[in-house]
Amino acid sequence: MNTDNILVKVDNLKKYFPVTRGIVFQRQIGAVRAVDGISFFIRAGETLGLVGESGCGKTTAGRTILGMYPSTAGAIHIAGHDINAAKGKEWLMIRRKAQMIFQDPFASLNPRWTINSIISEPLRVHKLLPTEASRVKRVKELMELVGLSPRLLNRFPHEFSGGQRQRIGVARALASDPAFIVCDEPISALDVSIQAQVVNLLEDLQDQLNLTYLFIAHDLSMVRHICDRVAVMYLGVIVELADHNELYERPLHPYTQALLSAVPIPDPEKDRARQRTILAGDVPSPLNPPSGCRFHPRCMFAQEHCSQVEPEWRQIFPDHWVACHEVK
Amino acid sequence: MVCGMPSILAAGLPDRDEESMMTNLLELKDLRTRFHTPEGTIYAVNGVSFHIADGETLAIVGESGCGKSVTMMSMLRLIPIPPGEILSGSAIFQGKDLLQLSDRELEHIRGQCISMVFQEPMTSLNPVLTVGRQLTESLQVHLEMDKLQARGRAIELLDLVGIADPNNRLGDYPHQFSGGMRQRVMIAIALACNPNLLIADEPTTALDVTIQAQIVELVIRLRQQQGMAVIWVTHDLGVVAGLADRVVVMYSGYIVEEGDVFDIYNRPEHPYTQALLAALPRSDRRRENTRLKSIPGAPPNLLVEPSGCPFAPRCPLAAQDCRDANPVLSPVAPGHRIACWRGGDR
Repeated sequence: MNTDNILVKVDNLKKYFPVTRGIVFQRQIGAVRAVDGISFFIRAGETLGLVGESGCGKTTAGRTILGMYPSTAGAIHIAGHDINAAKGKEWLMIRRKAQMIFQDPFASLNPRWTINSIISEPLRVHKLLPTEASRVKRVKELMELVGLSPRLLNRFPHEFSGGQRQRIGVARALASDPAFIVCDEPISALDVSIQAQVVNLLEDLQDQLNLTYLFIAHDLSMVRHICDRVAVMYLGVIVELADHNELYERPLHPYTQALLSAVPIPDPEKDRARQRTILAGDVPSPLNPPSGCRFHPRCMFAQEHCSQVEPEWRQIFPDHWVACHEVK
Repeated sequence: MVCGMPSILAAGLPDRDEESMMTNLLELKDLRTRFHTPEGTIYAVNGVSFHIADGETLAIVGESGCGKSVTMMSMLRLIPIPPGEILSGSAIFQGKDLLQLSDRELEHIRGQCISMVFQEPMTSLNPVLTVGRQLTESLQVHLEMDKLQARGRAIELLDLVGIADPNNRLGDYPHQFSGGMRQRVMIAIALACNPNLLIADEPTTALDVTIQAQIVELVIRLRQQQGMAVIWVTHDLGVVAGLADRVVVMYSGYIVEEGDVFDIYNRPEHPYTQALLAALPRSDRRRENTRLKSIPGAPPNLLVEPSGCPFAPRCPLAAQDCRDANPVLSPVAPGHRIACWRGGDR
């Protein structure tokens, strides 16, 4: 396995949210195990996709990796820095180099701030440029970089369309000159014709600035297009991880197979001809995940030991990892 | 099949003969809807006509703001007037014009003959009433069933849409159901009176792909069992491919292309449809191009009175005549029509 050039490394990361009862004397009655032991790495310049259904913990994983939530257990290294141990200047340095693009371009921009103040905020926080004039110059450069006219500098977010707002979010993320960006469903709130524009922009920026992305999404078609490798999450754990073409052409985990067969194909003959695996029921609650393999209650290949023993994380083909007892 | 009649009774009726299969269940002609807002007039629907036959599935596809939902809402007179205004149009359903009926007559048709399922299963159910109450309400109102009959039918309906243990779940409140289950409940309510036409407005948009696949499968099964026609409104060209018989593509309040599902996907003629299909990445194919083909520009501003072809500002083929006059829908092949001045050139 080629492990050179690793920018981001995540080891057995866990994030539990406590569930409490009582108002004055709060006591913990359980925990939502949003992320329950995930490990992966991302090479510099690479895009890793993190896919799964809502509630599988993919957004929590992204946020915990950036230190937005303190992790419950596990280690996260970004460019060699341990983010759990980092303090003071080192911590600021990591925050500067690791940024995020949010899902909802309508909720993630402060409606009372001008575009200039939104994009220049990271410059001010990290004290990157001392004078107002130099910051405005940099904001204008960033706006051009993401395809917005610098003349719109003093406008407010409500004057922009969804696609333009997402470009503002991208410019803000790029302001502090990051190496690593977590893209949390950056296109799911946009129209189809605009999605392609934003995805092309993200790819162009990756080439120009040598960025590394963690691309969190539920749109599996777009993930195949944009990602180099893809990790599939189910109920807080990664069940399969492989190169993008390998994963889509030879999915091994029953959940990955079902997920891929549920993706509609915009081709009437092909969509009608294929065999679908339709999963019964819904994703169980992460408050009390099933024992053994978490997928076993919905899995059509489940055997007795699946409900008792947690499957091992195994490499079946080169760089193709899966957690399933029944994959031989 | 007679609408409003429970399927148990309708099952005993003779099958529809070939002739009535060919007649249109609904025919919408030249619908124009505007909204008068403080910012100006919104030109939401600008002359939309389509038809749907008995038992047929019609997909209405377009991006947000293209007027697809407003078309459905106007047809059933569900838009608030004012600020809305229906300038012109007729919607002939079983010989009656929905836009001219009295409120009482329309009430009878909505719910009994035409039902709607909305996008947000979270917000379209009343959170303080049990699911059973919401299900039996329409049965008691429209079919004049008594409580016991309605309860029996409600259990049958929940079972039909695949909810386990329906007898006990009737007493549950909407928050006790997941998103996919709530959408099933919505479908059960829509089916309560055995409609001839089900209008599903983005019914799977808020749901995960695996749950979307369940709902699509359910609608396909119910369509066969009940013989109803379906209008599926969506922005997702993927979902429709496996589901629809015919597809209508809308842009900026106009229909730009209409045709058989195989024609639309295999031989799209309008530049907008072509661009939309080309912009979709495919999960079943290796990445061929280095970049996705995006459509330049932004969707049109609906506050400006349309003149010329609405797609002209973003169209690679646009010439002066496209900006001067709006093309009308004209046939390019049997049953396949586009609204494009460049249509004959290619």
